[in-house]
Amino acid sequence: MSIALMREGLCLPIANMLERMITPMEYFLDEQQQMIKELAARIADERVAPVAAELDEKEEFPWELIRVLADADLCGVYIPEEYGGLGGGVFEQVLVVEELSRACSGVAASYAATGLGTFPILMFGNDEQKKRYLPEIASGKKLAAFGLTEANAGSDAAGIETTAVADGDSYMLNGTKQWITNGGEADIYTIIAMTDKKKGTRGATAFIVEKDTPGFGYGKKEKKMGIRSSATRELVFTDCRVPKTNVLGREGMGFIVAMKTLDRTRPGIGGQAIGIAQGALDAAVKFARERRQFGVPVISFQAVQHMLADMATQLEAARALVYATARMIDSGVKDFSKEAAMAKVFASDMAMRVTTDAVQVMGGHGYMREYPVEKMMRDAKITQIYEGTNQIQRNVIGGELIKEYAGKK
Amino acid sequence: MGISILNDKCIGCKLCVPACPFGVITVAEKKALIGDACTLCGACEPACKFGAIKFAYETGPAADLSAYQGVWVFAEQRGGKLADVALELLGEGRQLATVLQQPLAAFLLGSGIGHLAKELIAFGAERVYVADHADLRGFIEDSYTTVLTEMARAQKPNIILLGATAIGRSLAPRVAARLGTGLTADCTGLAADPGTKDLLQTRPAFGGNVMATILTQNHRPQMATVRPRVFCPLPKDENRIGETVNWNLAKTVFDHRVKLLESMTAQDEKVNLAEAEIIVSAGRGLGDQKNLCLVKDLADALGGVVGASRAVVDAGWIAYQHQVGQTGKTVRPKLYVACGIHGAIQHLAGMQSAEVIVAINKNPEAPIFKVAHYGIVGDAMEVIPEMLKELKKAK
Amino acid sequence: MKIVVCIKQVPGTTEVKINPETNTLIREGIPNEINVLDLYAIEEALRLKERLGESTVVALSMGPPQAAESLRQTIALGADEAILLSDRAFAGADTLATAYTLAEAIKKIGDVSLILCGKQAVDGDTAQVGPEVAENLGWPHLTYVRKINEIGGQEVIAERMTDDGYERLSLPLPALLTVIKEINEPRLPGIKGQMRAKKAEIPIWTAESLNADPDRIGQKGSPTWVKKIFYPESTVTAEIIAGSPSEQAACVVERLKGLGMA
Repeated sequence: MSIALMREGLCLPIANMLERMITPMEYFLDEQQQMIKELAARIADERVAPVAAELDEKEEFPWELIRVLADADLCGVYIPEEYGGLGGGVFEQVLVVEELSRACSGVAASYAATGLGTFPILMFGNDEQKKRYLPEIASGKKLAAFGLTEANAGSDAAGIETTAVADGDSYMLNGTKQWITNGGEADIYTIIAMTDKKKGTRGATAFIVEKDTPGFGYGKKEKKMGIRSSATRELVFTDCRVPKTNVLGREGMGFIVAMKTLDRTRPGIGGQAIGIAQGALDAAVKFARERRQFGVPVISFQAVQHMLADMATQLEAARALVYATARMIDSGVKDFSKEAAMAKVFASDMAMRVTTDAVQVMGGHGYMREYPVEKMMRDAKITQIYEGTNQIQRNVIGGELIKEYAGKK
Repeated sequence: MGISILNDKCIGCKLCVPACPFGVITVAEKKALIGDACTLCGACEPACKFGAIKFAYETGPAADLSAYQGVWVFAEQRGGKLADVALELLGEGRQLATVLQQPLAAFLLGSGIGHLAKELIAFGAERVYVADHADLRGFIEDSYTTVLTEMARAQKPNIILLGATAIGRSLAPRVAARLGTGLTADCTGLAADPGTKDLLQTRPAFGGNVMATILTQNHRPQMATVRPRVFCPLPKDENRIGETVNWNLAKTVFDHRVKLLESMTAQDEKVNLAEAEIIVSAGRGLGDQKNLCLVKDLADALGGVVGASRAVVDAGWIAYQHQVGQTGKTVRPKLYVACGIHGAIQHLAGMQSAEVIVAINKNPEAPIFKVAHYGIVGDAMEVIPEMLKELKKAK
Repeated sequence: MKIVVCIKQVPGTTEVKINPETNTLIREGIPNEINVLDLYAIEEALRLKERLGESTVVALSMGPPQAAESLRQTIALGADEAILLSDRAFAGADTLATAYTLAEAIKKIGDVSLILCGKQAVDGDTAQVGPEVAENLGWPHLTYVRKINEIGGQEVIAERMTDDGYERLSLPLPALLTVIKEINEPRLPGIKGQMRAKKAEIPIWTAESLNADPDRIGQKGSPTWVKKIFYPESTVTAEIIAGSPSEQAACVVERLKGLGMA
């Protein structure tokens, strides 16, 4: 009965405007942030939502939508104005990722993964590197990606085996990176490779490698449980020559680059998670209001209301934490590993619970591919895994707590 | 100011406030106040139950318009074939001409189209002005405007009616501007005042939520365009007698600045919605593009064609040629079956004069039911297959 | 090349309903917006500017003061300038008076090669202003344009939709084209554009600044006027057919057979 009604809600711009008048808490966004959020929301509702199911089904990379984001000036929200960006920070990026994730987190992941590949350049690049790479990323002309994970080095990042051997004025890279988001679609890759195994965690270096560099190829596109429109591929380096001028920072700084980058992008995953959860909550509430059983809308049952109440509450709590963390990072605080990890772990665990509950609230309909929530449940899972599994996040938080309290004493 | 509130009649009831589409009316101290942003659209006037809103029109001194005589119809032809709407306008023109006691004429422009005069006479024209010239072969705004304004200036018709077709909607305003006269588009009703010889032009406004009756009081000719299928032609009478006047174009200067490079007929299946007697129309309530096949099946079973609401066309489910409504085609079939169509005012404007309307919609409050003769509250996806079964039985 | 786009701010009230009890119009509280088809005209102008380079896009509108909001939106989309024609004296204008006013403004802007308009506005729906502006300027025009094939210093080649198909014509510049939805897909206003629009200055031209003939503007310049506004009567009451889908189908088919339509 509710099939058409469900779909209608996702497609009518005016209906959505009214729906989003049910706004979350007041977070005191400034003018530009408000503009960014509204524009991202509009793109999500008008351009992304109508094609989300198809992109998921066909596992197609959303190039068209990247172009729309580029034209809207949203690709460079976190890049300084001098390089063509909007001069915002992590918070602005979270706002965009959140809105996009409401409609399709595969698209959001493609957008966010570029950030992952760009923050190293922003934080550790020299002037020449920034000038060379940032403008085209800010304008959306080129996408970026981050290559750390390997078959034998997931959580144990220090176990990477890709090598970079110095040779004259370049390095020769050999090895394979695994499960790289935007792999094969991006033009600019930040790769962490071992330059000196003996030095352990000080033996890796970060490189910028461009697409079409001889010796740089890709594996097949992976088939995934969720975020299926996002492209995930192996990166294969076979005697790939990378100029010394493409080293980020200095030789040996590789893991620092990686860790600092991940700290900065973890709130973005938090944003992805809250977006997915919001989309799931919206769908569940709408359904519960229309679906009638025993003569009444199912939302009138306390059991359902309590589930929705819990979903909404934890979503808001996660949002508050993610926003606070993002703002803290943008304010210039030096040390935020613990908070970033908290934001990521809390939001992603929340998203998994909320999307699962959303399917439950919608019952049989929730299980059907015709309705959007089963996709959201499949999409949410990855947020608990990538950019550091939630177990690693807990390690980080635990480690920080120990340090903090040790320091206090 | 063209509008004022009669304070002695206004009781501050606020009925006019929501009626203003621009939101410029406020009520202070129990009296209505019309703000500066008022566009004199007139939507508030009928909302007041106390007659407290007055429109004061500044009409200049009444001009002497008695020299203008005759009801003219633009005999649109394409490729040597008369457009139906021209014949429909002759039908309506006949009534107007009778009331006004003025002659009814058609004016025909084209190349090698003289033979069409007979048909126009058969459909009611007392006189046909024929402008036949190679430069009028295809419709080019410049040449048609030149000839038409020449004819109008020379003959001084009281009224000129054109079909609101692609041609009419480009030609009429150009001519009206050149003649410096009034033009009302998409009229759904016409009437003539025998005393003043005015043409009362009625058309929908604000998407059809209100109807407006418009006058061109001090200018001639009074021009109006009318959509196809709004009026009916007279029955064809080959015995009708009329005059054919060949317009002398010897002194006419044709501007060749605009050139026709290529003419293409639509490649997709020719959908003749306007002529169809039976239309089965698809709305977004069908849920998915693949469900359109049901609508096609029903159309086939009834011997009709497929129409569509704007929502369905915008969603890319079907080509624009099928669109019925204010921004699509106006249709007046014998039977219109609306499947999963909500009935937005703009859609109704395109089909509500169908003879028999059947509506199928899940929502009992859907406005389509206000114009339907038979209403089925249900899922078109379930009802149509049952209808197909029933129709097969009949065979 | 200087391109002018004429836009109109319309009430977002094409969703307006009638209150059946009081028989009055109910505004939904949806604010005014740019007429939808004008967005396509703006988009086409912006694309031409990108294609040709060294061009400016000027948005022009005649309306009450709040129409400046819609003009600001055109700047957010990428228009270089926007001008509002606003004056009590313009109120009550029908299409002829509006066209005269717009044409005078275009003459004042000067050096314009192309004017783009949306085919029609969703409130008035007449589709008359475009051609009437062209006539006032003495320029050639085309309506229902679905594609601009080529445009150069002296000429534009465009395709227009006819009742049977399409035609391709060439017009000398300067010219006026009214466009339909098929022509493009309008962009969304980017953040940079929105920021620019917030700071943009939108000059207001009055009847005096146009040196307009008072007999040709506003109510005075309008040969047509509204004699009466009334609400359409609904003359049909539906026979609602109840039952299961098969019962409903059987009933309606029987009715249609009775009418000789099935």
